[in-house]
Amino acid sequence: MRLRYLIPVLGFVVLFIGLAVGLTLKPREIPSALIGKPVPVFDLAPVKGRSIGLSTADLKLGTPVLVNVFASWCVPCRQEHPLFMELARTTDFKIYGLNQRDEPDDAARWLDAFGDPYDRTGADISGRTSIDWGVYGVPETFVVDGNGCIQYKHISVLTREILEEEILPRLRGEKHVPCEG
Amino acid sequence: MIPELGHFAVILALTVALAQGILPLIGAQRGIASLTAIARPAAVMQFLLIALAFIALTAAFVSSDFSVLNVWQNSHTDKPLLYKVSGVWGNHEGSLLLWVFILALFGAAVATLGNNLPTVLRTRVIAIQGLIGVGFLLLLVFLSNPFERVFPVPAQGNGLNPLLQDPGLAFHPPFLYIGYVGFSIAFSFAVAALIEGKVDAAWARWVRPWTLASWTALTIGIAMGSWWAYYELGWGGWWFWDPVENASFMPWLLGTALLHSAIVVEKRDSLKAWTVLLAILTFSFSLLGTFIVRSGVLTSVHAFATDPERGVFILAFLVVAIGGSLALYAWRAPALKGGGIFAPVSREGALVLNNLLLVAATSTVFIGTMYPLFLDAISGEKVTVGPPFFTATFVPLMVPLLAVMAIGPMMPWKRADLAGTLSRLKIAAALTVSVALVTLYLSGVDQILAVLGMALGAWLIFGAATDIAERTKLFRISIGESFRRAQNLPRSAWGGAIAHAGLGVAILGMTGTLSWETEQLQIMRPGDRVEIAGYELEFDGVEPVTGPNYDAVRGTFRIYRNGRLVDVMRPETRRFSDPPMVTTEAAIRPRNFGDLYAVVGESNGDGGYAARIYHKPMINWLWIGALLMAAGGLVSLTDRRLRVGAPARRAATASPDLRAQQRAT
Repeated sequence: MRLRYLIPVLGFVVLFIGLAVGLTLKPREIPSALIGKPVPVFDLAPVKGRSIGLSTADLKLGTPVLVNVFASWCVPCRQEHPLFMELARTTDFKIYGLNQRDEPDDAARWLDAFGDPYDRTGADISGRTSIDWGVYGVPETFVVDGNGCIQYKHISVLTREILEEEILPRLRGEKHVPCEG
Repeated sequence: MIPELGHFAVILALTVALAQGILPLIGAQRGIASLTAIARPAAVMQFLLIALAFIALTAAFVSSDFSVLNVWQNSHTDKPLLYKVSGVWGNHEGSLLLWVFILALFGAAVATLGNNLPTVLRTRVIAIQGLIGVGFLLLLVFLSNPFERVFPVPAQGNGLNPLLQDPGLAFHPPFLYIGYVGFSIAFSFAVAALIEGKVDAAWARWVRPWTLASWTALTIGIAMGSWWAYYELGWGGWWFWDPVENASFMPWLLGTALLHSAIVVEKRDSLKAWTVLLAILTFSFSLLGTFIVRSGVLTSVHAFATDPERGVFILAFLVVAIGGSLALYAWRAPALKGGGIFAPVSREGALVLNNLLLVAATSTVFIGTMYPLFLDAISGEKVTVGPPFFTATFVPLMVPLLAVMAIGPMMPWKRADLAGTLSRLKIAAALTVSVALVTLYLSGVDQILAVLGMALGAWLIFGAATDIAERTKLFRISIGESFRRAQNLPRSAWGGAIAHAGLGVAILGMTGTLSWETEQLQIMRPGDRVEIAGYELEFDGVEPVTGPNYDAVRGTFRIYRNGRLVDVMRPETRRFSDPPMVTTEAAIRPRNFGDLYAVVGESNGDGGYAARIYHKPMINWLWIGALLMAAGGLVSLTDRRLRVGAPARRAATASPDLRAQQRAT
């Protein structure tokens, strides 16, 4: 048996170990239930052309806030965008935008074209922060209480019903879930 | 009742596959004719049973039988018939059933069409095909039963993801699977050859048509997926280097390498161990793709619902199939004696270079796809590798590959005269340079990549044309005589030239759209006009529309050229309620050597609408090129020598006419 013929199978052994470890990592990689948990630790620069970034500390300022995960390449984000614009116009609630895996220019152009409802933005260019937040797909929307504890999470397009029945009450401090740890 | 029939059929298919996988192998090893004889009827029986199961599931979808969990989760009574049918494979369980259906179809095809195969080789190939079937049927029966019932029976289904309700995507998975699964035949042939310890020209001649057919289907499947992304995702992109796209692209790259190296085995009796390894790896990457898509180890837009149990099972299956075959390779491949020797500058040499570059390209895609997972496993860092990585690594490997692609087919076997080969390409080279100069003149020095891309695409097209011109002695003998020669050229020569030219056309399309795309992204009010690519688009406002299972907003754009109305575009934004989702239907018009592409978005609340208008030059060349590549595969598949089969038989009956033809190749 000549050694070079062993290379492929040895390569596969390495791959196998990686895949096996990958399988065990899975549950940690995308946390299924972050409700009642503190927000992950992160600190992001703002989207290009905007001056205020987003970090963990900004979510612990005493008032509940809305965190919306968006991206310029995300078609459904366009669908829910007017709702955030309306919310920004008509209420005083703070809306923060987490911009996932986007080109800085695309994100900036997107916000310029469709309007910027966000009080703060964080450019998560590598997508790492979004993974820590347990983001499955864009868009997702979180309600975080004044102490940085995640209260509610909505996957996919935000609708007016969800906004009125689930999100606004929580932003007013109703249906509060105590934070674990 | 019908779902239970389907369920029983799958269980029976599993037992048949077990018999098909084990008994004939023993028979072939020990020379027991009664055991080897099981292979062919078992393969046909397994296919019939799985076909029955597939029909049963399709019937449940078509009749909206919501007592079946799978139908309830993925279908809806309001869905058009086409999407009820395509809903069968729009989910994990059903797509797995499609997988085993095609696998069994290929196995049965070898069993019924393989009359000219030596009995022992055929028996082993069918048996290994049976063993692959066992793996997937186990997964289907124990962890992914598509026929599971629900009680009480729901009145209405959850519906299919609206993004998937699209004619382009309805047929994307079947083509993709024919490609993926078809490579299993090359794999089974490779494993059978390793058990036998023999690879010869005849072996390569049998492997090639199966590989060619799979490759053709995979080419169509990938192109369909890319086309769908282009017109449905509303962003005009056609390739995202998403893990699941890469999972289909890697077997394609390796399958392309396999197609070419099998030629060397067939014609020159060389590169045997390498070709066997490629055959194993090509299918291994198909399996790996299945693992990536279904285990959820990588996050992707395409991922099916993740289930750790399934991931563990598929991983175990990978160990048996890939680990086992590669171990067999390590043990048996040293025994495969190479035949013909060749100089580095020769047809063989060019094909080796092709293989090296394709394998290197596959490796970069592989690393880019798996790196995030490995980094996470080692350090806990979580990253995603974006398109910039692939552009920086994949593209530079393609440049030399494309440059050599036009030269390789012109080289003789064994030893070539490089200067002589290049001199025959001088007209092609001159035409290529003029294309490059025209591009440079039109787009300027800062678009140097555009010049390179246009030159490479043109080089492939002119090179393929030269290849055919040389073979038919065009302009050196009378036109009539050339025409006669063209008719007598082996179909594989035509197929190769068409496929190479097709890639050239696709490269031109990619270059054109990447280099000269223009866009207008703004809020438009009724009456507003924008200018793009020499056209003026007037926004006429929007109107509500009602579809069969959605409501939509339809915008109207009037297109003016020099003040004259030439066309009207009506993009839509569709709002589905089951499941709740919004999709964009871009309006696309071929105009000015490209596509005008318009999307109408949301209202900004005071009469304006977000509009995105692109001009994508030459984008259609991309799909036309992919179709040409597939057409080349089909033409090559009709080659006489693939239909005639074994060269041993052919040598005995070869007429002078045939020998002359053989020399011509």
